Amino acid sequence: MYLNIVFLPLLGSLVAGFFGRFLGGRGSGLITISCVGLSFFLSGLAFYEVGLGGSSTYLYLMPWLESDSFHVDWAFCFDSLTVVMLIVVTFISTLVHLYSTEYMGGDPHLPRFMSYLSLFTFFMLILVTADNFVQMFVGWEGVGLCSYLLINFWFTRIQANKAAIKAMLVNRVGDFGLALGIFGVFICFGAVDYATVFALAPQLSNSTLSFLNLEFNALNLIGILLFVGAVGKSAQLGLHTWLPDAMEGPTPVSALIHAATMVTAGVFLLARCSPLLEYCPDALFVISIIGGMTAFFAATTALVQNDLKRVIAYSTCSQLGYMIFACGLSNYSVAVFHLANHAFFKALLFLGAGSVIHAVGDEQDMRKMGGLRRLLPFTYAMMVIGSLALMGMPFLTGFYSKDVILEVGYATYSSASHFAYWLGSFAAFCTAFYSIRLLALCFLSEPNGSRTLLLSASEGSWPMGVVLGILAVPSMFIGYLSRDLFIGLGTDFWGNALFFLPNNISIIDAEFMSTGVKILPLCLSILGGLSSFILYRNYSRNLFLLKTSILGRKLYTFLNRKWLFDKIYNDFITQNTLDFGYHFTYKSIDRGLIESLGPFGFSNVLLDQVNKSRSWHSGYLYHYLVILGWSNLLFGLWFIFGFKFLPIQVLFIFIALWSIL
Amino acid sequence: MLLTLLFIFLSLGIVGLIVIPSNKKLLMRQYALFITSVVFVFSLLLWLGFDQSTPKFQYVVNWLWLPIANINLVLGIDGISLFFVILTTLIFPLCLLASWSFDKGDIKTYLISFLSMELVLLLVFTNLDLLFFYIFFEAVLIPMFLVIGIYGSRQRKIRAAYMFFLYTLFGSLFMLIGVIYIYLFAGSTNYESLATVNFSNYDQKWLWLAFFASFAAKVPMLPVHIWLPEAHVEAPTAGSVILAGILLKLGSYGFLRFSLGLFPEASVYFTPFVFSLSLLGVVYTSLTAIRQTDLKRLIAYTSVAHMNLVMIGLFTGTVIGVEAAILQSLSHGFVSSALFLIIGILYDRWHSRVVKYYGGLTHTMPIFIIIFLFFTMANLGLPGTSSFIGEFLLLVSAFEANTTACFFAATSMILGGGYSLWLFNRIAYGNVKLVGFDLSLREFILFLPLVLGTLFMGIYPNIFFSVMHAAVSNLVWADLWM
Repeated sequence: MYLNIVFLPLLGSLVAGFFGRFLGGRGSGLITISCVGLSFFLSGLAFYEVGLGGSSTYLYLMPWLESDSFHVDWAFCFDSLTVVMLIVVTFISTLVHLYSTEYMGGDPHLPRFMSYLSLFTFFMLILVTADNFVQMFVGWEGVGLCSYLLINFWFTRIQANKAAIKAMLVNRVGDFGLALGIFGVFICFGAVDYATVFALAPQLSNSTLSFLNLEFNALNLIGILLFVGAVGKSAQLGLHTWLPDAMEGPTPVSALIHAATMVTAGVFLLARCSPLLEYCPDALFVISIIGGMTAFFAATTALVQNDLKRVIAYSTCSQLGYMIFACGLSNYSVAVFHLANHAFFKALLFLGAGSVIHAVGDEQDMRKMGGLRRLLPFTYAMMVIGSLALMGMPFLTGFYSKDVILEVGYATYSSASHFAYWLGSFAAFCTAFYSIRLLALCFLSEPNGSRTLLLSASEGSWPMGVVLGILAVPSMFIGYLSRDLFIGLGTDFWGNALFFLPNNISIIDAEFMSTGVKILPLCLSILGGLSSFILYRNYSRNLFLLKTSILGRKLYTFLNRKWLFDKIYNDFITQNTLDFGYHFTYKSIDRGLIESLGPFGFSNVLLDQVNKSRSWHSGYLYHYLVILGWSNLLFGLWFIFGFKFLPIQVLFIFIALWSIL
Repeated sequence: MLLTLLFIFLSLGIVGLIVIPSNKKLLMRQYALFITSVVFVFSLLLWLGFDQSTPKFQYVVNWLWLPIANINLVLGIDGISLFFVILTTLIFPLCLLASWSFDKGDIKTYLISFLSMELVLLLVFTNLDLLFFYIFFEAVLIPMFLVIGIYGSRQRKIRAAYMFFLYTLFGSLFMLIGVIYIYLFAGSTNYESLATVNFSNYDQKWLWLAFFASFAAKVPMLPVHIWLPEAHVEAPTAGSVILAGILLKLGSYGFLRFSLGLFPEASVYFTPFVFSLSLLGVVYTSLTAIRQTDLKRLIAYTSVAHMNLVMIGLFTGTVIGVEAAILQSLSHGFVSSALFLIIGILYDRWHSRVVKYYGGLTHTMPIFIIIFLFFTMANLGLPGTSSFIGEFLLLVSAFEANTTACFFAATSMILGGGYSLWLFNRIAYGNVKLVGFDLSLREFILFLPLVLGTLFMGIYPNIFFSVMHAAVSNLVWADLWM
């Protein structure tokens, strides 16, 4: 049963991929949906057994590679953390599969699409069920590949091509760090399986490791390197640039990969490594700082984006920042709780956005929408639910996790946590602002689209509606229902899956904070939402004036161009590297220096010498006589004065000069 | 006995090819394919009967050639050379299959060149005598020179053949001097006897450098690498496959067998030198590869990068590093061969190697593109393919030896992603620029063993590692750390 959870999606993918042309779109859709659905059903059973029943499961398949002391197995480990991820992944994946059959229904490549989606699910499941770092890396890279293929699904579009390459390359920068982290784990612990590594972590908390000729605390170094991997996958500040661009892919892909599952892999990694990270205080410091900054940065950027999907993408980025920063504060359970909650309402938002885009003829610019409230009432309702949950309105799902994250941020008494707390609180304001802005621009404002578009706009058929309806339920209630299970005080749900150092537990302080601090983020959210609502409803003219004023224009441009990250990366790093590769290494050295000093220099010199010595054989007697005379004279001198007067080296130099001249 | 049989069969096969009249082209092709396939089966039998538990040489053949001077032809296989032999015998039938429709010039000479190349390569990989190793090592040049010089595609092929010959010959001259010195010093050129001889530290360093000059040109290491892109671009498809798949392995095999095996102290002494050169090679050629516009030149540069990674693994002096280096050599033999075959298929259809000429092939050649995608991913080291195992273990061992080296070597993960994805994207995606037929059955069969091998090696590499353990541990623990 446990093995089936992982391998059923692969089966579906292979069948749909290789036999898709015989099965057709509907057939392959049916097969993949049933495989993933069955996998979801089994995950539910696994959740019951492992999560609620508290019986972790370990499955051993076969040895993978054994070389000297490096030993890796194909093995699966199901503990509470894994089953939570299993439920989330397979649930969202099933719904997205169902949604895609309708959303992509007209696409002739539907079997391929379904196959990719299932393959993605398979790799994601490998990632979460792995019992060692290397196997986790398989899933990690595998989802990267699927993300590449899915972003690039409409492969004739040059933007999709660029976005796909960018996603994979930026992710590989993260993978580079992760791989180095895994090497470090092996060097320090002599093993790469979780059980050994985590058991040994406390013993090695004082060991050092030399990296780039500098001496580091081993665990801190490993923690930071692993975190670099998480930065890449979870689109944290610095390596986030791929996520908004990845919105070039079809919308169901954005919902599944770039909101609910793959981008949370980084958070999952941090949570998984909690027994290790707990002994790396410096790494935790870095993690919480970066997480807080990401939450802030992405939220401000989302304020002024005009592309419907990009707004949600930046929102995802910002929410991931929250999760990472919760991990940095050692509140892994809160992070995972937010991860699960976020998956539901963000998938809802993305699929709702997909529904909107579907209805208005693939238009993504929010400025060209408007007035869709009456045309798409159901989608509107769903988007409102998703947005309110995202803003953390009381008693909706987001409220239970997001507020707790900010609370523990305040209740952990360190500079990093307060730094993150204030940034996070401001990000909460921005979140509410852009969520309402999105609703206002798309649904509430005056219609701005063309007449034909608006006339033809209508809700999608039943699979899309059903999926949205199903997702709305957990978006509203799952936080309330599972709060005590996941982050309740004294819950034993997590067992050994997550580990907190007793010193780092701050959830109790968070529970007994003063009410003023507790409701501050909520007040900020409400304030943000209200101000956005009022501004976009009645004062859009003032907003326009603000935007065109000198200062406002600068700020707007800065935020709208995403803090100019892309420009710096493109102009200063990538372009210079490429120029170096062409002008310096290829043109100057390979085709210049080496060739002219090497084979062609050699043949030229040889040819030159041969031509010169040929001219000596002129056939004139007096030429030969001159040479004869000169050499007689030289040899005579040599015989008379011996080596002292005319060392042999001088003679050689003379001959050499003679021959060249 | 099995080894003798293999060589006799292959030699007789070449003789038989001479007898077939020149106008029966199909018959000659079928015959050559048959011979090489049988040789492949032979080599699999070698694997089957291989005793994994000993580092000793097996299937030893001892042919007295000049007993009076103590120079005899000794052949044998151990855990290190077994996979090089199998790789060779696997690639050759694929090459013949790939050049099935190749009809340019005299087919008979072409086939004889290939068969004799296989014979000589097998002799190199199984050789246990230094002088004969030198002779066969040089002899490989002749058929390859002919293949590039006669069957190449452009006028520039003469220049390419010249460069190829010059570099490898020039390096090997130093090796010859080294071999002569060893013979005069030790009185024998037998590998197993030499392994017991202790060269002085000073001698070791000079001898190591002499061998290095020869092997470095073959790997190829940095300043002497430019023959490779040139030769690849000009060679016919099958020639490129042999070059990338097998000929480059002569360098790493030579380092492994002779430099590490005979001069362990010098190897340790020169490790920083090799590391710096290889790291430069990895980064330098990856950066250069990103900007190439010629398909073959690009893949050739990536080959240089990958082989330099192998060098790092070899010189870490750890069992992991050496085993990974062998596996990575093997994997590179599969992956880069496949990539050259892929380019060969494009070249067969449109006779162009310029990247810009292609685009949107996934519209018309989906199966081809799936295979191309698979090998692109293998080229950038995606887990589940063989190169991941090789690359990952190489980097692990490099991390153990020197974290700085590992850091820079690991940048190849990023740069490798850059050139592979760029190339794949340009050819596969975008709007339709060309219309062509998808893979024929012959071409599909061509790729099948490579795909399966790459996958198998990625998912269950233990079957390869278990053969190497004894020989590699013996090399590392007995020689390097004594």
